[in-house]
Amino acid sequence: MSAAIESATDSESPLLTVRGLTTAFPAGGGELRVVDGVDLELRRGETFALVGESGCGKSMTAFSILRLLPAGARLDGEVRLDGADLLALPEAAMRRVRGRRIAMIFQEPMTSLNPVLTVGRQIQEVLERHLGLRGRVARERILELLAEVGIPDPGKRIDEYPHQLSGGMKQRVMIAMALAGEPELLIADEPTTALDVTIQAQVLRLLQRLQRERGMALLLITHDLGVVAQMADRVAVMYAGQVVEEARREDFLRHRRHPYTRRLFQALPEARRRGQPLATIPGSVPSRFDRIPGCRFAERCDIAQPLCRERAPELLPVAGQRVRCFAVDPRFAARFPSPPALDVATEAVPGSRQQAATPLLEVSGLKVHFPIRRGLLKREVGRVYAVDGVDMAIAAGRTLALVGESGCGKTTVGKAILQLIRPTAGSVRFDDTELTTLKGEALRRRRRELQLVFQDPFSSMNPRMRVEEIVAEGLIAQKMVRDRRERRERVAELLRQVGLRPEVMDRYPHEFSGGQRQRICIARALAVSPRLIVCDEPTSALDVSVQAQILNLLAELQREMGLAYLFITHNLSVVGYLAHEVAVMYLGRVVEQGPAEAVLADPRHPYTQALVSAVPRVEEGGREVIRLEGDPPSPIAPPPGCHFAPRCPWAEARCQEAYPPVTALGEGRWVRCFLYGD
Amino acid sequence: MDRVDFVTLALLLGLPPTLFALLAVGLDAKPVILWTDALLYLLVAAVTGFVLYARRRQDLRDTWRAVLRRPLGMAALVVLSAYGALGLVDSVHFRLPVSQGEGGEVHYAGESLSLFDLMATPLREGVEKTYSAPLAITAFVKETVERADGTRVREYPRLRYGGAHLDDPSRHRADVAARALWGAAQGALVAVAAFLLLAFLLARRHGWSWAEAAGRVLRGETTLPWWSALATLTVLLVLAGAVVQLAGGYHVFGTDKVGNDVLYQALKSVRTGLIIGTLTTLVMLPFALVLGVMAGYFRGWVDDVIQYLYTTLSSIPGVLLIAAAVLMLQVYMANHPELFETEAERADLRLFFLCVILGITSWTGLCRMLRGETLKLREMDYVTAARALGRRPGAILARHLTPNVLHIVLISVVLDFSGLVLAEAVLSYVGVGVDPSMHSWGNMINSARLEMAREPMVWWSLAAAFSFMFVLVLAANLFADAVRDAFDPRHARN
Repeated sequence: MSAAIESATDSESPLLTVRGLTTAFPAGGGELRVVDGVDLELRRGETFALVGESGCGKSMTAFSILRLLPAGARLDGEVRLDGADLLALPEAAMRRVRGRRIAMIFQEPMTSLNPVLTVGRQIQEVLERHLGLRGRVARERILELLAEVGIPDPGKRIDEYPHQLSGGMKQRVMIAMALAGEPELLIADEPTTALDVTIQAQVLRLLQRLQRERGMALLLITHDLGVVAQMADRVAVMYAGQVVEEARREDFLRHRRHPYTRRLFQALPEARRRGQPLATIPGSVPSRFDRIPGCRFAERCDIAQPLCRERAPELLPVAGQRVRCFAVDPRFAARFPSPPALDVATEAVPGSRQQAATPLLEVSGLKVHFPIRRGLLKREVGRVYAVDGVDMAIAAGRTLALVGESGCGKTTVGKAILQLIRPTAGSVRFDDTELTTLKGEALRRRRRELQLVFQDPFSSMNPRMRVEEIVAEGLIAQKMVRDRRERRERVAELLRQVGLRPEVMDRYPHEFSGGQRQRICIARALAVSPRLIVCDEPTSALDVSVQAQILNLLAELQREMGLAYLFITHNLSVVGYLAHEVAVMYLGRVVEQGPAEAVLADPRHPYTQALVSAVPRVEEGGREVIRLEGDPPSPIAPPPGCHFAPRCPWAEARCQEAYPPVTALGEGRWVRCFLYGD
Repeated sequence: MDRVDFVTLALLLGLPPTLFALLAVGLDAKPVILWTDALLYLLVAAVTGFVLYARRRQDLRDTWRAVLRRPLGMAALVVLSAYGALGLVDSVHFRLPVSQGEGGEVHYAGESLSLFDLMATPLREGVEKTYSAPLAITAFVKETVERADGTRVREYPRLRYGGAHLDDPSRHRADVAARALWGAAQGALVAVAAFLLLAFLLARRHGWSWAEAAGRVLRGETTLPWWSALATLTVLLVLAGAVVQLAGGYHVFGTDKVGNDVLYQALKSVRTGLIIGTLTTLVMLPFALVLGVMAGYFRGWVDDVIQYLYTTLSSIPGVLLIAAAVLMLQVYMANHPELFETEAERADLRLFFLCVILGITSWTGLCRMLRGETLKLREMDYVTAARALGRRPGAILARHLTPNVLHIVLISVVLDFSGLVLAEAVLSYVGVGVDPSMHSWGNMINSARLEMAREPMVWWSLAAAFSFMFVLVLAANLFADAVRDAFDPRHARN
């Protein structure tokens, strides 16, 4: 945001004022205040980011402003839009505010659009309701809106159904719908969390542009500190229903004053923290946080003093910021240790660089094609080229990260290596055994050496089994224990190993948080003493602080047991932190591979370059973002020649003719691009 | 399993043998175990086992408590238990000794009786000449009666049993009212006793005083709605008390064409209805569960074969299939009378086969549903994890898929129950249902066809069958609703 706009808006009265907003739900005989006394102010043309981990009340704050709460919720405080108190409006008047003056876009574009109505019809509803536009006029306006949010060929798209659009397109349609009412305030609830990085970069840029053009206020709700650093003018951090820190972006990034914020930043995995454990926040958000008499973060705070548990701190102004912590209060500051220097990057642990001689897993020419069958005789009419020729090798004790956007086939590679999906062609050699030809009992016995950890900690455990049964499943399947007692002992040992108390073994999965569930899943995989673990996005469903715990655990297990990891992820910061080598996949093929540090610091393939540059980062400093247009093509009909050519800024004629061969760059690096050929 | 569970299990499983033993000693009776009896015991044992299992599984315990936490669910359960108890008492069969032959040889009656028959002996044996209205003391039609003085009069003759204890017919109404009130009072007394017992048990468990426990139950301040159970029980007991008292002197629901007590028939029909409703499910379940889960998990040709099977089966009209099978069975049974020792055994086998046939024709719906759910579940990560750990397909089906589709099984079983009870009535009406000699609501309704056509109308057979069936089906449906609400993941749990 330019300085001119900021200074112009400073003098105006705020567009949205929230004072003492409290939202409570009936819970167990009393009430749970999920939002507890939140104060916010938004000016026109300003982007205000509300940051926090899941369950901190940030989305609930947005829903409370729009009064879109489930029945039974109690709403208190004051929400003024241009002076008018929204909480005092009758419901009918409120409906004229929603969509017209305040619009909202949601996280999940797949479920926010009605699948049986065309895109145009859904936008038209808003136009009809709020602006009374109909017929030709409305259609023209819809076309304008679609063009404005950057949908190519709006004349065709207007009559299409949501399922015909990609995820990024759907989010654009959602934005067009939100803009249709010409709102003064746009609330975006995690607008890019479900999208890939390159698409995320497109959508964020679009939001920025629209806001500038229209002078809208934007309330951005997110958990991603990188997005905040890129987008926000002002930031508020929420914890347990309260705002704990509020600041301008520049101040926020420079001085993180609240201990929680500080920890959050330190928990971010980054390349420069390689080899050292990430900072974690011990424990979890207390369940009945509104009953805590003192500071709600005190239980997990590293500088907490007795005072913190007795009295609740107020939001104190400190040099243009507002912080809810006694440590910044001049009256009490002396009691606290001085805050440690902003995370110091130390040298990476040496000795992790040597290349092991013999690879544990060797994959060559791996192909997985899914036939598309039609008609009575199930004739094959086409193929999904999910994985189309992948080579890789992992040595014991090393981590290979497989990076790519959704749909590029990286999960299929993992499953094909484990023989959970039989490859169409190619070889998978594990410890000098060819896995693709193994069958029946032999394969079943071999399975114990290769294990799997999943992304979604909620669907990866059978809800009807106790933790003991879940963890012991491999022990039973591989006949590794003789009796019940031995089994329980072994399970207890495994639980301790992943940092859980053995007593939890008689509980059910639903009693655990996401991070704890992921630990149980790791224990289940460890039970059979594997040598390679395929981690399929193990942290992408988790909050930053929990992600740090799981990454630390994985790193520790690798050090202790010499495990090899195939780490499938779309998160490049995690790659930089954890992986030794990285392979970048695009549409079924690896386009670049090499040591992680080298690849991330100096990406060569245009796709890798775009990917690396599109990641929103916390560090300041201008850097060129290479913007990719369009969506990845379909694996059913991959483009001829280089798959990336249609989106590549450097595409030449020959890129469309043949797939580029492997070009070795030395130090174990190679790339498949004509730019480096010859 | 703790000690209490063992005791409960032992008691429940030991009950039928003990009853037989007592009967054998006390009455010199010869126990008869009919096919359906055996299966019913098996079912009771299975349900008991499941209850004990569910008590230890926290997830199951919580959902079942959610079923019982609904006042209507609790009330329905009380009504269903009453029917169930009646059905069980009616399922303990034996043959009484008739004569002592020479050398201590005992001959047994050709007719096998149930424990319920024994309890309802006055009803069973109080056979009138023909129709009589409910609670009447005279027959329903005029007869020519020869007086002592030789004159012949056409009048409504007094019944042989109904109101026989009344010397003065004018006291009829007063006597009926007195008996009904007295019975109701007795019932209420038992209800109060039950209330006190409940209060005592609750007081002991929660450490309350008696008065506090009683107060909490009445004000509905207990976690489970005991007041609802208690209210239902009271209504049932008051009605039962009145009916028992009245049945001692009258035919409460009148008599049918050959003078049999209609109340007795309606009560005997309870067992038939329950057996059709439950055993059919028992027959159907293995097909539906195994085939459905297999089709969903293995896909490919297994799926093709199973789908082919159930699409074919479900495109044949069910009634046609049932009629054909029952008629064939009938012919077979008629040609082989030597296979059956008693008439009851023959009727029972027909009932059993009716259950089997109904089961075979009705598994397709559930199978289709289970296949769909399994298709969804097989893509879950925990199934993939089990495969990656080297679990065999059989273990995955048994440990991961089946437990996670059981809620669908349960919901459809309780929903099907009432449908099957009604199906029996329809099939018996059409003539392809249970044996005509067997008491069933369908048979009662079938015979009511002619009774409704005559003038004056004989309505009580139909009314009795209708009301008994209605209460059972209503209770089953209400219970099914509660079960579905608690088990269906699509319904939000509060």
